[in-house]
Amino acid sequence: MRRRRALWFWVFVGPFALGLALFTYVPLLWSVGLSFFDAHNTVTPTHFVGTANYTAMLKDGAFVGSLWTFLVFTAFIVPVTFVSALALALMVNRVGRARAFFRSVFFLPAACSYVVAALIWKMSVFSGVRFGLANTVLGWFGGDSVAWLSTTDPPWYWLVIVTVRLWLQTGFYMILFLAGLQRIDPALYEAAAVDGARPGWTVLRHITLPQLRATSVAVVLLLVVNAFQAFDEFYNLLSDARGYPPYARPPLVYLYYLALGQGQDLGLGSAGAVILALIIALVTVGQARWLRLGRTDTDG
Amino acid sequence: MGSFSRRALLMAGAGAGAGMLTACGSNTGRGGGGSGTRLSQWYHQYGEPGAEQAVQRYAAAYRKAHVSVQWRPGNYDQQTAAALLTDSGPDVFEVNGPTLDQIQGGQVLDLTELLAGVKDDFNPAVLTPKTYDGRVWGIPQVIDMQLLYYRRSLLADAGIEPPTTLDALVEAARKLTDGKVKGLFLGNDGGAGVLGGTPLYAAGLQLVTAEGKVGFDDPAAARTLGKLHRLYADKSLLLGAPSDWSDPAAFVQGLTAMQWSGLWALPQVRKELGDDFGVLPFPKDGDHGRPSVPVGAYAAAVSARGRHKEAAKEYVKWLWVERTDYQEDFALSYGFHIPARISLAKKAAKLRKGAAADAVRFATDHGYSQPLLWTPAGQTAYQDALSRIIGSGADPERELRAVVRAVADELDRVKKKS
Repeated sequence: MRRRRALWFWVFVGPFALGLALFTYVPLLWSVGLSFFDAHNTVTPTHFVGTANYTAMLKDGAFVGSLWTFLVFTAFIVPVTFVSALALALMVNRVGRARAFFRSVFFLPAACSYVVAALIWKMSVFSGVRFGLANTVLGWFGGDSVAWLSTTDPPWYWLVIVTVRLWLQTGFYMILFLAGLQRIDPALYEAAAVDGARPGWTVLRHITLPQLRATSVAVVLLLVVNAFQAFDEFYNLLSDARGYPPYARPPLVYLYYLALGQGQDLGLGSAGAVILALIIALVTVGQARWLRLGRTDTDG
Repeated sequence: MGSFSRRALLMAGAGAGAGMLTACGSNTGRGGGGSGTRLSQWYHQYGEPGAEQAVQRYAAAYRKAHVSVQWRPGNYDQQTAAALLTDSGPDVFEVNGPTLDQIQGGQVLDLTELLAGVKDDFNPAVLTPKTYDGRVWGIPQVIDMQLLYYRRSLLADAGIEPPTTLDALVEAARKLTDGKVKGLFLGNDGGAGVLGGTPLYAAGLQLVTAEGKVGFDDPAAARTLGKLHRLYADKSLLLGAPSDWSDPAAFVQGLTAMQWSGLWALPQVRKELGDDFGVLPFPKDGDHGRPSVPVGAYAAAVSARGRHKEAAKEYVKWLWVERTDYQEDFALSYGFHIPARISLAKKAAKLRKGAAADAVRFATDHGYSQPLLWTPAGQTAYQDALSRIIGSGADPERELRAVVRAVADELDRVKKKS
């Protein structure tokens, strides 16, 4: 009986474990290996260079710059999405009628692909010509057309990048917050009311937010990981046939061009990827420690 | 019953799949003359209608092997680079190269012998960048070039002569700009991507010298590139257009009075604007400057990991060396390119009058092609700097100093390898 169970265990788990090993762990380890070699245009390099790729990467102003780009992006997008998703959730939760309608309306953009949304933002909403949507609106007020994606002073491109991501992901996190809100015991609010807590800020600060703790931790973690993975909207908004401008270039986009573009410097690209992975691991572990991940809402 | 029918369905599915596989496998193409050798050939996606059918037709006419053509949209350079690392890549492929690292890495085969006797008939401007160590690593297919299109009527209305110096171009772009029309379109990034080394050549410099040294370690470089920022600062540049520089849409729709684009756009421009346009090279700058236009060629290369290397070489020789009728058809019947063979370019009637004749003259007199030693690493450093100079008004001298250092390092790296 036990052997049969072991057999069935492997029948069900085996294919996935194999797939995971083959498509995730092997490439991962391979990439770590490549990072110690001079691997131009080859995945089976022979010229061992030690840590030269790592020092080159850390001295590379463009790569370090891309890490800063990413930090700025994260420092902005995570709190803004968090607050707006929470605000939306609180509002939708209080709506008396048509709650399902509002829930769906705000959630719908999450079903849209980043690529499609980025193209719409680039070509019609924030197109640089005078008949783009944003420029048409500016024109009503007598403003000059703005080349949103090519203007670095002031950096209007951030407006485009941030709004497309907000539009796409706020609804999704709103749903997470809504689920958290609906799990809060109404008795708590009643007790608070009896104790004289006025609805509004006091209740939000002392009841709602502490009760949403686990949800908030999950949302922050997901937001940070998503920000780390930012690629689609950056690439589709800013790249052209000749490459990518030197601004708003997150690490993944830079590594993509370095390792997979015509450069095909897989050793250097792998070193960059390993550095990035280490940073992500550090941040995630630190964050989990700091936010005391794993505690439930009721632990408060 | 439920589980039985599911299983039956699975079996049927597997059977059908196997059937399809064998169906493909048994399709050896032609009987009789075919030797049974199968070659795969890759092209990037050309925008012009009919080009894909044409290359299919050429491949089908080849008798010694069955050639299956793949027309690959998307990031072609990335696709081929990845495919060349495996055994399942193409046997024959066109490439905007081959790059120096592809040659040094032994990814492409030496094709020198294919050109025996006809080498001089290939335009040296595009054959040189395919040559390394005296060997030829790719057969140029057609020559592409870029040039400046301008609207005659708009310039005449503003009382402006077609600009022959960079200063005049900056001035003209400023004067031609009004609320509705911008003066000049150099791509949505402000020109850093498409201009590349062109302004340096216009200043009488080059990217890499014949001796393999950095070719723009000179104060003239900073002066010329700095002028490009004027275009941006004057708000004379069209930015954020719906389509990029390679598409003449912005020009023919009247969004801009002048546009930098490719020769391939010429038929469309002529169709839309008739005679109301002219072409120019990138104007010269400074006392030692001269006009410049970039020329380049996709080349046919043979993968070193293919299973039928000799057959693949033979096919490339047949198509891109022997069949001049196909080469002429490919260059002139669909898009608009200059044949890579001098003899064919001379014969081409389409290239003998009007703007097309001007373009051919520019390519001959002022054409430069990116040297093989101008590798992607150097290119990225330069393009980043150019983008900062044009768009953010960064100090050209300081930016260029960093680029010169990066390019010199890269040149040392590739020289050490050879």
